[in-house]
Amino acid sequence: MLAESLFFSAVLFTIGVVGVLTRRNAIIIFMCVELMLNAVNLTFVALSTLYGATGQVFVVFVMTVAAAEAAVGLAIIISIFRHRQSVNLEDINLLKG
Amino acid sequence: MLLHMQNELPATGHVLADTVARFVWLLPVLPLLGFLVNGTLSMLAAGKPGPADPSAHGHDAHGAASAHEAHDDHDAHATRHRFAGIVSLVGPGVMVLAFGLAVAIFAAMLGAGEGMNDPYVQTLFKWMPAGALDIDVAFQLDQLSMVMVLVITGVGMLIHLFSVGYMGADPGYPRYFAYLNLFVFFMLLLVLGASYPLMFVGWEGVGLCSYLLIGFWFTEKANADAGKKAFIVNRIGDFGFLIAMFMMFANFGTLTFGGVGAAAAELPVGALVATAIALFLFLGAAGKSAQIPLYIWLPDAMAGPTPVSALIHAATMVTAGVYLVARSATLFAAAPVAQLTVAAIGALTAVFAATIGLKQWDIKKVLAYSTVSQLGYMFVGVGVGAYTAGVFHLVTHAFFKALLFLGAGSVIHIMHRAYHATHSHEDAQDMRNMGGLRAPMPVTFVLMWIATLAIAGIPFFSGFFSKDEILASVFARTHGSTLADASLLGIPGSAVLYGVYALGLAAALMTAIYMTRMMLYTFHGANRTGEKERAHMGEAPWIMTGPLVVLGVLALVGGWLNVPAVLSFLGPTEALHHWLEPVVGQGTLIVTHGEATHLSHATEYALIGTAVLIAVAGIAFAALRLKPAKLVTAKDAPAEQGIEKVLLDKWYVDEAYDKTVVKPTLAVSQNVLWKGVDAGLIDGLFVNGSAFLARGLGWVGSQLQSGRVGTYAWVLVLGVIGVLSAFSLR
Amino acid sequence: MTNEFNSLFYGFHFYLFGIIAVVSAIVFVTRKSPVAAALWLVNVLFCLAALYVLLDAQFIGAIQVLVYAGAIMVVFLFVVMLLNLGDATVVDIRGNAGRIAAGFVGALLLAEVSVLARARFPGQIELPASSGAEVVQGPGGIIAPIAEPLFREYLLAFELTSMLLLTAIVGAVVLGRKRG
Repeated sequence: MLAESLFFSAVLFTIGVVGVLTRRNAIIIFMCVELMLNAVNLTFVALSTLYGATGQVFVVFVMTVAAAEAAVGLAIIISIFRHRQSVNLEDINLLKG
Repeated sequence: MLLHMQNELPATGHVLADTVARFVWLLPVLPLLGFLVNGTLSMLAAGKPGPADPSAHGHDAHGAASAHEAHDDHDAHATRHRFAGIVSLVGPGVMVLAFGLAVAIFAAMLGAGEGMNDPYVQTLFKWMPAGALDIDVAFQLDQLSMVMVLVITGVGMLIHLFSVGYMGADPGYPRYFAYLNLFVFFMLLLVLGASYPLMFVGWEGVGLCSYLLIGFWFTEKANADAGKKAFIVNRIGDFGFLIAMFMMFANFGTLTFGGVGAAAAELPVGALVATAIALFLFLGAAGKSAQIPLYIWLPDAMAGPTPVSALIHAATMVTAGVYLVARSATLFAAAPVAQLTVAAIGALTAVFAATIGLKQWDIKKVLAYSTVSQLGYMFVGVGVGAYTAGVFHLVTHAFFKALLFLGAGSVIHIMHRAYHATHSHEDAQDMRNMGGLRAPMPVTFVLMWIATLAIAGIPFFSGFFSKDEILASVFARTHGSTLADASLLGIPGSAVLYGVYALGLAAALMTAIYMTRMMLYTFHGANRTGEKERAHMGEAPWIMTGPLVVLGVLALVGGWLNVPAVLSFLGPTEALHHWLEPVVGQGTLIVTHGEATHLSHATEYALIGTAVLIAVAGIAFAALRLKPAKLVTAKDAPAEQGIEKVLLDKWYVDEAYDKTVVKPTLAVSQNVLWKGVDAGLIDGLFVNGSAFLARGLGWVGSQLQSGRVGTYAWVLVLGVIGVLSAFSLR
Repeated sequence: MTNEFNSLFYGFHFYLFGIIAVVSAIVFVTRKSPVAAALWLVNVLFCLAALYVLLDAQFIGAIQVLVYAGAIMVVFLFVVMLLNLGDATVVDIRGNAGRIAAGFVGALLLAEVSVLARARFPGQIELPASSGAEVVQGPGGIIAPIAEPLFREYLLAFELTSMLLLTAIVGAVVLGRKRG
C-alpha cells in the first residue's frame, strides 16, 4: 500500500500545483495550497507505516501550521478585498513596476 | 677567388668603415630633408586660395578626346608659386648634394680594391627583434647598390633640374618636389637596404610616391584613377614579395641578403624551395616593373607629369624589380625553372608591348610601352643569369629613356605653350598634332635622335652594347648551362632560350620601327599644329635643355661601361662585369656550370651583325613606309580599323581584366560582402541582434519583477521542476 | 484489518477512496464557483481521512476530519460567503494555452516525482527511541505512540507551534479589523 499511497499523494500534489498555476481567484488558489499540504500529509502517514510514528507526529504539526496559515491568509485576503473590491490575482499587483 | 663568399659578412671592420662611405646613411636622409622642407612649404601655402589651390586650374579636360583619358595636365600659368624660390633651391639642391656624396663614396670604393670583395654593411639600429626573427635597419654598400645609387642620384638630379623649368608655373610646385624627394628617399632605401624587409619598405614607399605623383593633378578623375590603378596593381605584386619573404624566413631562418645568399648557395640546383621563392619574388618584380600580366598600370601612369614618368617609370622605380632579381642572384641560380619563366615572360612582354607601341598616337604612350618592352629585355638578361647584362641595360636604359621622356616633356611643354597662347583645346601630346618640330627645337631634335639610335641598338651608342650583351648571353646559354638542362612546362630549356632569342630580335625590330615612327611624326615632315601656334614655338628653356644634353652625352658614351670582349679594340672591356663580380659572380657561374661563358668569336660577330642588321632594317622600314605627309591632325583623323585598331586599343587587355577581374570583384564586394556580410550579418545579426538579445533578456528579467503573483507561482513551479531534474538526472 | 494489507476488502477500499479523492481533486480545481470548489475539497479531505485510517493512522484520520475538514474548510467557506463573490464571470484560466501549459507542467512534475520515487528508500533512517510497529500493543493504545514523542522529543517544536498559533490568532484579528 505504500507505493499506491505515494502515487496518490503525488497525483494530488500535482493537481494542486496545476490549480495554483491556472486559477485566478485568490481564495481558490489558497485552497489548492491546502490540497498540496494534504497530499504531503498523506505521504507522511504512508511512510509512517514503514518508519514509525514520527511521521504521524509531523502530520499533527503540519495540520496545526496549516490552520494558522489559513487563518492569517484569509484575514489578508479579506483585507485586500476591502481595498480592491476584488480577489482576482490580476488586480493584486502593487509590486508591479 | 671568383667563388669567394660575397654572402658572408666580414667579421672585422670593413675597409670602407673609415672613409667617406661611413656617411652612406646620409644618402637617403638628404632627400628626406628635402621632402620635409618642401612638404612644410606646400602645407603652409595650402590654406590660402589662389595659386595654391590645384582646382583653380581654370580649364577642364584637354579637348573632347581626353574626357576619359588620363592626361599630363601641364599648363603654363602666368603666376609662379609663392615659395617657388626656396623650393627650386631645396628640391634639386639635396639631389646635387646626394649625387656628390655618392660620387665620393664611389671613389672610396674604387680605392678600396680587394677590400670590396665583401659588402660594407652599416647597421643603424635594431628594428624587429622578435624571437627567431631579428632584423636591423642596416645599409649594405656593395658594387650593385653603388651602381643603382649612382643612377638614382645622378639621373634623379638631372630630372629635378628639368622639373624646375617644366613645373615652374604649376600651383602645386612645392608639393611636387616634396613627393619627388620622398620618392628618391624611398628608392635609396630600396637599393641600400641590407635585408629584404628594409628593401620592402622602400618598395612600398616608391609605390606610394608613384601613386601620389601619378595622381598629382588629382582634380581630374582620370588622373586619380590612374594613380589608384598603379597602386592596386603594384599591391598584387607586393603580395608575391611578401609570400616570398615568408617562405625565405620559414626555410632559411634569415632575411638579410647575406644570410639568404649563403643559404641559397647550399641548395641543389633545381630545389623546389628555391623555385617557389624565386617565382614569388618574380611576381613582386612583375608588379613593380610592369611585366605581363601586371604591366597595365604603366601606360596609364603617363597621366602624371612628364618628369615623373622619366624618373619613376623609366629610370628608377620600374627597375626595382630587375634589382631585386639581381640581388637574389644566388637564389635564382638555384632555380632554373624560375629563371626560364622570368626570361620567357620578359621576352613575351618585350614583344607584346612593342606591338602596341607601333600604333599609339600619344607620344608618352609610345614611350611608356617602349619602357615596358625594354624592361622585358632587362628581365631576359637577369633571367638567364646574365646579371651584368641586365644591370647594364638598366643603366643605359636609364640614360636614353630619361632622355626620351624629358625630350618629350620639352615638346609637350612647347605645344602647351603654343596652344595656351591661342586658347586652343587640342591635345598637346598627340603626334598627329605635331610634325616638323625640328625647326623650332633643334637641340631637342638632335638629342632625341641620339636617344632613338641608342634604343634601337645602332652600333656604338649605349643601347647597342647592352642589348647585344643580353642577346649574346641568351644565345650562349642555349648550351652547357643549367637553363639548357632544365625544362619549362615540358619544353626543353634550350628551346625556350632559342625562342627567347628570337622574340628578342623581333622586339628589337619593332623597337626600331616605332621609335623611328615617333621621331618622324614629331620632328620631321610638315608641321600640323597650326599657323597661329607656330608663332609661339621655340626651344625649351636652358634649365630644361641642359639636363637633356648631359643625358645625351651619357647615352652616347654609356656603352663603354661594358664593352664586350670581342670588341676589345674599343677600349677596356667588361668593366661593369668585373665591377659587379663580387656580388653576382657566384650566381652567374652556377648557371653556366662554373665556367665563364664563351662563344666563339665568329658566333659573337654573327650575333652582333644580326642585331645591327635588324636595327637598321627597322629604321629603314619606318623611314620608307611611314609617310608623315599622309597624317592629319588628331581631330580630323579617321577612326582606326582592323589590326591597327586592335593595337591602338592595347589588345583589349584592360577590357579583359575589367570583365574578368574587376567587375566580379565589385559584384562580390557589393552583393556578398556589403549587402550580405556587412549589412546583413554584422549590422543585422551582431549589432541589431545583440541589441535585440539584450532587449529580450531584459524583458525576461523584467518578468521577474512584474508584480503579478501568478507569474511568480509559475516561476516557482518551474524552479521546483528544475531542482528535481537535477536530482533525477544525477 | 490493520495487518491484513493484502486482503481484498482492504485493497478495494483503499483504491476506492484513493480514486474518489483524485477525481474530487480534479473536479475541485475546475469549478467556477468558489463554494462548489470548497465543498469538493471537503470531499477530498474526507477521502484522505479514510485513507489515513486504512493506513493505520486512526488518530490522524480523526483529527483530519475534526480540524481540517471541520474547522479550516469551514473558515474558508465563511470567508467566501462573507465576500459574496458569486461565480466567476470570466473563465479563470489564461486561455487554452495556459491550460495546456499548466497541464504540461503538471505532467512533468508528476513524472519527476515518479522517477524519484523509484529510488530505493534508505534502509533504516535514524529514528528516536519510541517508534516501530508495536503501535497498538503498549499502554495508551493508538494515541500513545503519537503523544509520547510529541511531548518528549518534539516538546520544543510543540511549544513553538503553540506560540505560532497565538501569533496567528492575534495577526488574523489585527488584519481583519476594519480601519477607521
